[in-house]
Amino acid sequence: MLEIRNLEVSLEEEDKQILKGVNLTVEAGKVHAIMGPNGSGKSTLSYVLAGREGYEVLGGSAELEGENLLEMEAEERAAAGLFLAFQYPVEIPGVNNMTFLRTALNAQRKARGEEEMSAPEFLKLVREKAKELEMAPDMLKRSLNVGFSGGEKKRNEILQMSVLEPRLCILDETDSGLDVDAMKLVSEGVNKLRSPDRGFLVITHYQRLLDHITPDVVHIMADGRIIETGGPELALRVEKEGYGALKAGA
Amino acid sequence: MATDATRKAAEGLLHALPLPEGEAGWAREARAAARTRLLEAGAPARRDEYWRFTDPATLTTPLEPVAEGVAEAGPGTTPFDALDAVTQVFVNGQLRADLSDPLALEGVAAGRLGEVLGQDITIARELFGKLEAAGHEKVDRPLAMLNTATAREGLMLQVTGEAPKPLHVRHAQVGEGASVLRHLVRVETGGSLTLLESGTPTNSVIEVDVADGGTFRHIRVQTGARAPSAAHVFARIGEGAIFQSFTLMADGQLTRNETVMELAGDNAKGHIAGAVLGKGDAHLDNTVFVTHSALNGESRQVFKNVLEGTATAVFQGKIFVREGAQKTDGYQISQAVILEDGAEFLVKPELEIYADDVACSHGSTTGALDPDQLFYLTARGVPRKAAEAMLVAAFADEAIDEIEDETVAEAMRAAVGEWMAARG
Repeated sequence: MLEIRNLEVSLEEEDKQILKGVNLTVEAGKVHAIMGPNGSGKSTLSYVLAGREGYEVLGGSAELEGENLLEMEAEERAAAGLFLAFQYPVEIPGVNNMTFLRTALNAQRKARGEEEMSAPEFLKLVREKAKELEMAPDMLKRSLNVGFSGGEKKRNEILQMSVLEPRLCILDETDSGLDVDAMKLVSEGVNKLRSPDRGFLVITHYQRLLDHITPDVVHIMADGRIIETGGPELALRVEKEGYGALKAGA
Repeated sequence: MATDATRKAAEGLLHALPLPEGEAGWAREARAAARTRLLEAGAPARRDEYWRFTDPATLTTPLEPVAEGVAEAGPGTTPFDALDAVTQVFVNGQLRADLSDPLALEGVAAGRLGEVLGQDITIARELFGKLEAAGHEKVDRPLAMLNTATAREGLMLQVTGEAPKPLHVRHAQVGEGASVLRHLVRVETGGSLTLLESGTPTNSVIEVDVADGGTFRHIRVQTGARAPSAAHVFARIGEGAIFQSFTLMADGQLTRNETVMELAGDNAKGHIAGAVLGKGDAHLDNTVFVTHSALNGESRQVFKNVLEGTATAVFQGKIFVREGAQKTDGYQISQAVILEDGAEFLVKPELEIYADDVACSHGSTTGALDPDQLFYLTARGVPRKAAEAMLVAAFADEAIDEIEDETVAEAMRAAVGEWMAARG
């Protein structure tokens, strides 16, 4: 589903290389986790895949279902089925949460040549998903992420993911800022979306999220490369020994 | 003070516009006083501090009155069309009764300026040229003086009750030349009126006297391709009275709006807001002068500017607090979003305060749309242009939210949306 080959990326402004040849394949139906210390390039990878400006691709490729992601605008990637759950969801005062989500959903549908969803149909869908995530109804009516707690913002990300039904979900440090209860809710929301035709890339610093979202494959990233790949036991080893030991062994 | 050149320019302006005839003695005196003021002040010139950001050349070029009979067609559409209002249509500076509703609105006694100035009407005598003449503290406003000296057409409104619907003054110009309008409004205690205004005469002045406990709301749209124009509003707000104004200004060659407002009675409220949408080489100027003369006054100025191309927006906003105007609450914010390099926002905020127990603040920002917000929206599949429109709408909303009437506010939001959609 997602094929990344020798991806090398630097910051446009600083001429500083962040990704130094990343190779990664995420298959449909699988959950891949990327773990790594701060500054290893995990978040950069997620931003580059989602189409954020400010990065320069020096080499390599990234394809989603055979389509070249790196040549697409951010909105085209979204319509192609890529979803990034932000580490820091952006607050947008004056843009209504629900209006935004409906605009996004229908823009994606239109781009794919599908019929737009009617307002009542959309409302029903959103309310149902919000209930599952135990989101207060007034959160839907408020400005996008404005005045939301850290946990509420993350739940809002998962709500968007549930409604947009992407093919590939990238979760960037979704556990940061979550207490135990919120982590459980968010994880349940993610687990509900697991299906044979959907892939996940879960980026996290800590192993604890992976207690709730069990990965099929775990990658360790350090200094812009994936230095080790294994099963869920690799995450436990990191938790026990720290990243230092792995780097030394790599 | 006039120089030889600016006095000559003032003479030229007066010469181009014919002297009104057959008026009452008091009106002729008011005209003569305004002529004298104008010749002493001179026409505005670029080197005047007050015109540093806006070149008055196109406003000081003498123009003959635009021909009366040219316009047979209706005046097109305005964002107010869906609202239930009593509409008075002016074409080329002339009232067109055939295109207008009957001039009848509950709680409002209305007349035509030309008729009023021929009679001895106390309220008219107390208003005409009086607020304008009092509105030159610190700076001269010569184009308003020109209006007092020459305007022949407009409405006189005395608001004694709560008007059940707005009055819409609509102006369209189809010919070349000058169109001059002057409206006089007196809101009595307990009276309330919303005045909608669309179109831009070359030179327009509204004098509004809001008596103790009265309410006046002014919503104005200046959109589409337009000739250069200068508009002045002079407002005096009595004790516990309310004055609220909102202007949507879009495109056009050059528009200068001056609002001169005095909070004359205790506990008066004066709110002035605006949204400015500029593309091409539009030059759009909001100049505001607020004077606090009494206790516990509350003034707000909220202006949002959205600019692209090589458009220029200007905001000059002053809060002047007289000695003794304690407990004044004065607030001013002006912000601009620059959608394309090449557009610019020129700002001059000013505070001048002679009372020691006041809270006055001003702020101004200029910048591009937030790239993080844009990325968030596009990463969810919202196309770039639509994402920009969402952010611009949210930005403009902070000014539109100042409008009390939700139906009117919706009409303004729709107009902003249309402008963004027209960007393609």
